[in-house]
Amino acid sequence: MSVELAGITKRFPGVVANHDIHLSVRKGTVHALVGENGAGKSTLMKILYGMQKPDEGTIAVDGEQVAFASPADAITRGIGMVHQHFMLADYLTVLENVVLGSEKLHGIGAAARRRIVEISERYGLGVRPDALVEDLGVADRQRVEILKVLYRGARILILDEPTAVLVPQEVDALFDNLRELKAEGLSVIFISHKLGEVLSVADEITVIRRGTTVGTAVPAETTSRQLAEMMVGSELPTPETAESTVTDKPVIQVEGLTVYAGGGASLGESGSVGEAPAAGSLAGAASAGDAKRVLDDVTFTIHAGEVMGIAGVEGNGQTELVDALIGLKNADSGTVRFLGEEITSWPTRRRREQGVGYIPEDRHRHGLLLEAPLWENRILGHVTEKPNSKGFWLDPKGAQADTRRIVEEYDVRTPGIDVTAASLSGGNQQKLIVGREMSHKPRFLIAAHPTRGVDVGAQAAIWDQIREARREGLAVLLISADLDELIGLSDTLRVIYDGRLVADADPAAITPEELGSAMTGAASGHLEHVERAERAEEAPEDEAR
Amino acid sequence: MKKFDKERVLLAVAGPVIALVAAVVLTSFVLIASGKSPIEPYTLMFEQAGFADVQVLIINQAGVYYLAALAVAVGFRMNLFNIGVDGQYRLAAMMTAVVGAHVSLPAALQIPFLMLVAVLTGAFWAGIAGVLKVTRGVSEVVATIMLNAIATSLIGYLTLTEVWGKPLGNNQTTGVMKESGWFPGFDMGDAGEIYGFTVIAVLAGVLYWLVLNRTRFGFDLRATGASETAAAASGVDAKRMVLTAMLISGGVAGLAGLPILLGDAHTYSLSFPTGLGFTGITIALLGRNNPVGIAFAALLVAFLDKASPALDYATPVAYDKEIAVIMQGLIVIAVVVSYEAVRVWGLRRQQRRVGAELAAAAANDNSKKEVAAR
Repeated sequence: MSVELAGITKRFPGVVANHDIHLSVRKGTVHALVGENGAGKSTLMKILYGMQKPDEGTIAVDGEQVAFASPADAITRGIGMVHQHFMLADYLTVLENVVLGSEKLHGIGAAARRRIVEISERYGLGVRPDALVEDLGVADRQRVEILKVLYRGARILILDEPTAVLVPQEVDALFDNLRELKAEGLSVIFISHKLGEVLSVADEITVIRRGTTVGTAVPAETTSRQLAEMMVGSELPTPETAESTVTDKPVIQVEGLTVYAGGGASLGESGSVGEAPAAGSLAGAASAGDAKRVLDDVTFTIHAGEVMGIAGVEGNGQTELVDALIGLKNADSGTVRFLGEEITSWPTRRRREQGVGYIPEDRHRHGLLLEAPLWENRILGHVTEKPNSKGFWLDPKGAQADTRRIVEEYDVRTPGIDVTAASLSGGNQQKLIVGREMSHKPRFLIAAHPTRGVDVGAQAAIWDQIREARREGLAVLLISADLDELIGLSDTLRVIYDGRLVADADPAAITPEELGSAMTGAASGHLEHVERAERAEEAPEDEAR
Repeated sequence: MKKFDKERVLLAVAGPVIALVAAVVLTSFVLIASGKSPIEPYTLMFEQAGFADVQVLIINQAGVYYLAALAVAVGFRMNLFNIGVDGQYRLAAMMTAVVGAHVSLPAALQIPFLMLVAVLTGAFWAGIAGVLKVTRGVSEVVATIMLNAIATSLIGYLTLTEVWGKPLGNNQTTGVMKESGWFPGFDMGDAGEIYGFTVIAVLAGVLYWLVLNRTRFGFDLRATGASETAAAASGVDAKRMVLTAMLISGGVAGLAGLPILLGDAHTYSLSFPTGLGFTGITIALLGRNNPVGIAFAALLVAFLDKASPALDYATPVAYDKEIAVIMQGLIVIAVVVSYEAVRVWGLRRQQRRVGAELAAAAANDNSKKEVAAR
């Protein structure tokens, strides 16, 4: 065994990020660690790399028990990490980048160069020591990062979502490199949530869900369907929607919605906010002409009392769809109608005032002011509405009183409403957000991963809230990575792939496995699975129902 | 809940206190290194502060600093760094002086009119940076620094004798302003006169607090400063906010030169004080963008300014009055470090306490389940 983690538990205030995790990596293998975002993968890797200390459990490297106080200790033990975001200085050469911080090993001159070339040849990395990093492409930079780690004597490499930034050919090249590494007796820990890749490169797979390891698999004996099932889990309380409450009154009608990737704006940065015609961000307008379509001709209708679920692998346009609906991003073409009125050019505030509720995907970035007290967070997003303001003036008393009500009704566990949002656990932050949005009686709710990182009890409570509001005529767009949640809550289901709605399904007749395979199948172009799962063919455009 | 209030006060005070102590200690090191008494300069300066005339000077200077710092603080509250307060107040003071020398209304109208001129000039100058940022993405830091330099040249040109200038001995002025625009002060007898405009500065502080903490606009501004992404999602129009904040910041900056102009100088000349805008940055930092904090910080810096010249004439040993400048510089560094440290420490501490309190509550009713995943 080259690395063995046993019984690792890590608690943050009010949250258990890792719970009793077991992970064994054999020498000379690629070991994949898969799980949804927020499942606890990064915390675990931070522990292994010495950035966090576990509260319980042991780490053994090469059979010897170790305790890391810092990444420097981990490096001494031969553990190296390649971060998802590269840490290279653009204006330095590869050689300079590699020796930076490790000048003591082989100096900064000829000896260092020899060593770099030697490593590069040995593992087939093809790195040129004198190239400027600025001139290198993403894949080359990644190889420099790997070389940097090897130069420091790593025998165990942690790669955090290394394929996220690569195109398919580059992924294949990376996998060849990884095979070279393991042939030389090194171990690789490969973090990913792309199941197809994991199956092709890993020797062993450990699945992590909700902070704990749920199982280990060998690629030869498993399918992506089974893996998806393990990742998503099915022992959770199923969110059954009892009876259909769908009416024929359309609440939100989206037609031909198309959004182009626009440089910085596509990251949802603040710069992209603005009036409709101003497509440019603060950093300057991106030319839409040759840009990729992150949303391509999306058409759907959600009726009062209907929950429409969107299934899809993350990064296929869900974020852009949400941004376009709440007004953070402007449609490049197509229309959005809300209760019959065209709102395509409305700014975000007007949409929210008129009854569009928003549970954001990333609550820290879009849903909360982390260092502000809870009652100010209750105002956020609804500053122009009662009870938060009276005309031009803020109404702190009203907001505070209403925050107390939300804390009570939605069971937000907090000692008071004056503590900062940052001091609450993720689940309680989420309950506050759900409470806030529901308090304004939305007609249309955008719920992106409404129960992500939320404990089981709170999850059921949030589901109840959504179901109840739905009975009263709320239209909901539900985006979730939890397939049980999608199937259980939704009245209709769509599958999004590469910015397009490519399939739909009847939640009553589909299983998580079938839906999961539609998503992975779509991702690798195997759409025939879906047909058994009762859906339309890929070709015909998604009609508004 | 009371606990957390007390906690907040503790955190608010801890930062500046640590910074000041650190700055004093470091300054003493400088004194020791130059072979001088590390304590006597302080006692000399405190002695100075006991004199009534020095006190008047300190209050007058503090009022000026207060306005400059408020201007900076408006920007800071939404992560905008208006370094251009310096150019904005100088240009505004010059324009006001010119207008005041040529327009004569009754005092009740003249003074508000002159204030309006100052506010509009300052807002216009800052607005250039705002428009550049909103339309072209130019960093407001770069734009305002450049605008400072441009303001200097522009003032140099506008005060030429051929334009609006009037030579007076060796000095170049804009002519004496009409007396209806002189702001009456508070006569302190032999000690001198406290600028009447100091009252306006205090009112500006009250208004600042009111707008930021009690209006929808203020909430949007603070939200943008706390998290641009969250503010955008909550419906704040980031561009409009940037422009508005720059205009307000510039408008307040425009007022910063008026206590001196309307209360004492009555003309804009080569000897009009410069650099107030930069001192304003120090003060806004030290005062944590809080109107009361800024008031204390303005008084402190004004004290350093006005009590230090006496060091040059101290007997038997003279000290360099630049000690005060060194100290101001050290305060800035210490403030930045200590505030960040206190902020992080405070957040952690609160998280721990909330966690502990909830754990205690959970122990009482055993129904609570462990929360998994982050």
